[in-house]
Order: sequence, then C-alpha cells, then structure tokens
Amino acid sequence: MDAKGPDIRELPPITNATDTRDYLGAAAKQALMHDDYEIIVDMDAHLQEKGFWPEVMSYLENDVLRYTADNMMNVAATPLINTQPGLTFQALSGRIPHQHGQGAEPLDATSGVHRFAQIVQRCIDTLGVDYQIIFPTNMLHLGMNPMEGVEVYLARAYCRWLTERVLPEDPRILGLIYLPLNSVEECYRLVNQYAHNPQMVGFTICSVRNTPIHDNSYMKLFAMIEETGKPLVFHAGPHWDDPSFSQLNRFISMHALSFVHYNLIHMTNWIINALPERFPKMKVVWVESGLAWVPFLMQRLDHEVMMRQSEAPGLKKLPSDYMRDMYYSSQPLERSDMVLTKATFERMHAETQLMYASDWPHWDFDTPSTISTLPFLSDQGKRNILGLNAAKVFNIPLKRMRPRARDVLANRTPFAPGDTHAVSRSSPEFVKAGVKAGVTV
Amino acid sequence: MVDIRVCKSEDIAERGRRVVQIGAFEVGIFNLRGRFFAYENVCPHFSGPACQGVLAPLFAEGVCEDRTSLGRVFDPGGRMNIVCPWHGYEFDIETGAHPTDNRMRLKPVPVSVRDGDIYLSVPDRRI
Ligand code: FES
Repeated sequence: MDAKGPDIRELPPITNATDTRDYLGAAAKQALMHDDYEIIVDMDAHLQEKGFWPEVMSYLENDVLRYTADNMMNVAATPLINTQPGLTFQALSGRIPHQHGQGAEPLDATSGVHRFAQIVQRCIDTLGVDYQIIFPTNMLHLGMNPMEGVEVYLARAYCRWLTERVLPEDPRILGLIYLPLNSVEECYRLVNQYAHNPQMVGFTICSVRNTPIHDNSYMKLFAMIEETGKPLVFHAGPHWDDPSFSQLNRFISMHALSFVHYNLIHMTNWIINALPERFPKMKVVWVESGLAWVPFLMQRLDHEVMMRQSEAPGLKKLPSDYMRDMYYSSQPLERSDMVLTKATFERMHAETQLMYASDWPHWDFDTPSTISTLPFLSDQGKRNILGLNAAKVFNIPLKRMRPRARDVLANRTPFAPGDTHAVSRSSPEFVKAGVKAGVTV
Repeated sequence: MVDIRVCKSEDIAERGRRVVQIGAFEVGIFNLRGRFFAYENVCPHFSGPACQGVLAPLFAEGVCEDRTSLGRVFDPGGRMNIVCPWHGYEFDIETGAHPTDNRMRLKPVPVSVRDGDIYLSVPDRRI
C-alpha cells in the first residue's frame, strides 16, 4: 500500500461468459500445494456436446440421420440424443453457470486451435493437471436411446471427431473409445480402428443401460479389450425415466441414487458371474459414482456369497477382494463424514486403486485439492491418487506436462504471498483447516 | 486493521453487490433492505469465489397446518442468498450462514457507511 492507499480492483460476477482461467482461479492457487507432484491426471472431465454438435454430426456415416440431425438443429441443441431438455436441472436454476460449459466464453479465434481444445487447455492449466481424459455428457444416455442404431452411428461420429479434430491439438488431451453395446459387431470395429491410438487410452461403457454385462455375446469383446492392455471404464449417469426413479420428485433425489444405481448393477453382474476370473488381466474402472457405494457393496455381496456359494460358484475369493483389484475415480468425493471417508479409503485400498477425477465442468466437480487436503492420507497416497495410479492404469508417460502453478497465477491474477488461498500443505493454517472442517484450504 | 473506502453507498443497489480485490484480499459487499454486509470472497467449502456468484431468493418448503405440502415456495421473509458458483453452496446475505448447516458460513468483514461512503476494515497485513 502506498501513500494514496491500496489499489482496488473490481471483480465481476461469474457467468457462463467468464474465462475458465478466472472461474477456476482459486484452484490455481490451491495447485501450489501439490505443484511438486510428479504427475497429476484428471481421469474424468467432460465435453458439453451442445457447442460442438454440428461438427460431430458432420461425421455421421448415415445420410438419413445426418439429414435429420441437420434439420432438427434449429429446434434441438443435440439432435438424436435422448435427453429431456425440459428436465435440465443440473445448473440449479442458473445458480451454477459453468454446468453447461462456458458457452459464451470468449476464445482465441485467431490461434487456429480447435475451440474445445482451447477450453480444455485453459482448464487443465488452471486446475494444475498434466493430462485430462475426456468423456461425453449427453451421450452418456445413449444406451437408453429407443432408436435402433443411433448409438452406433453417434459412437463412430464421436470417435472420429475426437481423434481427428481435438486430440491432435494437444498431447495432454486424452480420450476413450465409446463402446456402443447395442451392437457388439460395431464394438469390434471401433476397438480395431482406435485401440492403437496412443491418445485413446481405454474403452468406455456408459453405464446407463439395461444391458446384462455378463451376456455371452460380450465375451469376445472383453477378450479383445483385455488383449490391448487398455482399461475398460464404466461411466455412471443419471436416468429419471427408470420406473423406480420416477417415484423421486426432485432432481437431487434422482441424481443421488441413479449415479450409483447402474454401477451397482453392472458391478454385481461382473462379480457374481465371475468375470474377474475369466478376464484376469483386464483393468476395470468405475467412474463417477463417488465412493460411499464401494464399502456398501463389498459388505453386502460378501455377506450373501458366504451363504449362497452355489449361486456364485465361479468365485475363488470374496467379492470385496475382486472389488479391491479394480479401480475407481474419486469424484464426487463424499467428505461430509471424514471417519467414513477414511474407512472407505482403507477398505478399497484407495492408495493404489483410486484415481483423481474432476468431472469439470459439471456442478459437482472436484479440484485436486479434494485429495491433497485429506487429513488421513500419506503424501505418497496423495501422489498415487492424483496421478501415479492413473499413469499406470492408462499407460500414460510419467512426464510433467503442466506449467508451474506460480507461472499460471502470474499470468492471470495479481498474486501476493500473503494470499489466503496460497497456503502450503504443511502450513499450520492449512493443516488446521483441513482437519477441522475436513474440507477446505 | 485499516479502514478502506470502497465506493459510494449508492453505487450498490438494493439486492446488489460489489466484489473488490484490495491487494490480496477479496471481499463481497451486499446491500439488502438498505443494510450492507461484507464477506471474504472465499467459500468455506472449497475456497471458490462465493461472492461472485448469483444472488438468489431463499427457497422454503411450503407446509400447511394440516402438514400437506405446497411444494417449494420463495421464503415469505424475502431472505436472499449468495450462491457460490463452484458447487452451489448458498449463504444467507444477512448472516453469511448456510441455511441447512449454519456451521458452514462465509467469513464476515467489518463494513460501515460514513457520509455516504462504504468502508471496509481490512487487516493491514493482507493488503
Ligand atoms: S467452493 Fe463454494 S460451493 Fe464449493
């Protein structure tokens, strides 16, 4: 402060036109806490299809569907996708502007870099991650699309768009091969076409579907996937149309249950039908159901299997043992009861099986500090969960790709050493806050 | 502590706010029913920029005397919340507290109006 008094800068309201680097500015300050970590991988972030759908549609390899989509574009943001626009409650009636992507965010039109790649680059620099694995959003519902064949054509179009338009822009952006389980033949084709692409680091099944995952028709597909050495990733999602969930009258209720529901079902089928014994080298990952369901299902299945061995005769160990061999994403990390969170981490062997995920730009996203502020985790455990586990599972090179957090801050916001956000993870202020609230820096 | 003049009181309209950065200190100032309230722009959840979020009416569960529900209604007392734009935590403008768990609250900053000007009391080490 000089004799005239301090400089006062006005900070504007945050809207969907706010630059991602400003929106997530506090995360860049938090990134100072783990800036020395070898690698940080965000294993689940999302494309908001709305802004890019005409481009994706241009890759549709079906003349009639492309014609239909083109002519539907003026009345629907994402033609052919079976979401219900009138039930889009995620953004809490406008309270969370980033939920649907920074639709009005000014981008650099002269850089020549694809618009989506620019958005991802801003996000990963500010969050302080080296790599980000991209999933779709609206396409997560395609397993329930009543129109036969749509999932197949959209899966093809998405994989082509991602590999031809986005991934070549930046080696830090990674993707997964979308498996349209409605056609196993098409799954073979996509595996053969994209498994060799080093930026397509695995395969994803969108869990929202009533498809028995243990059906014999999928065994050849799983064998192909196991052979590639890349993981099979089940991504959860919401679905209000399920008859049980139609009893739930508010979005919060449906969201809390349905994001867990489909992974509970697929995991149960996967284990009880002894798929871990049939595909012992397969790396299986469960994404976006939080973690509280894991100890619940472990205990529930162990309890039943001990009494009903004859109905799960393929198992050579307890369901919880198989679940501990699998991998999980951390978001949305339930932290309201740290005793339960700690017990969950212990039961699932989180230090080796858990991988950080942001879920950005969705409303319940997590910053890397959700992991680095956990009061019970060892420093090595934090390093593993924030990046080393994902590097192993997704075969990502152990190479620092992210800028230094201090440089990110210097390029964007005035920064002073006394800033309240800028506490180091060993400072008494940080430790006290983390232990007391269990949540914050 | 040092008193910093921020703006004229008329610069912040009823149900309006101004968020300012003074050195490394970020503060949101809110005007509700002619009274001013100020909080640090740091969300107690995960340090998001809470004061830069939407200002929204408090919702209430409309329950009748016979215990039937009207569904959700605006709070009859006209209470307003600051909504953190990161994950939607809401904080009462007048108390800074989360409506469900009032242990979760924004950190208040002393604010006063003198001769039509708004002043914040700011710790000198922070600016
Ligand atoms: S940081 Fe404010 S709601 Fe999460």
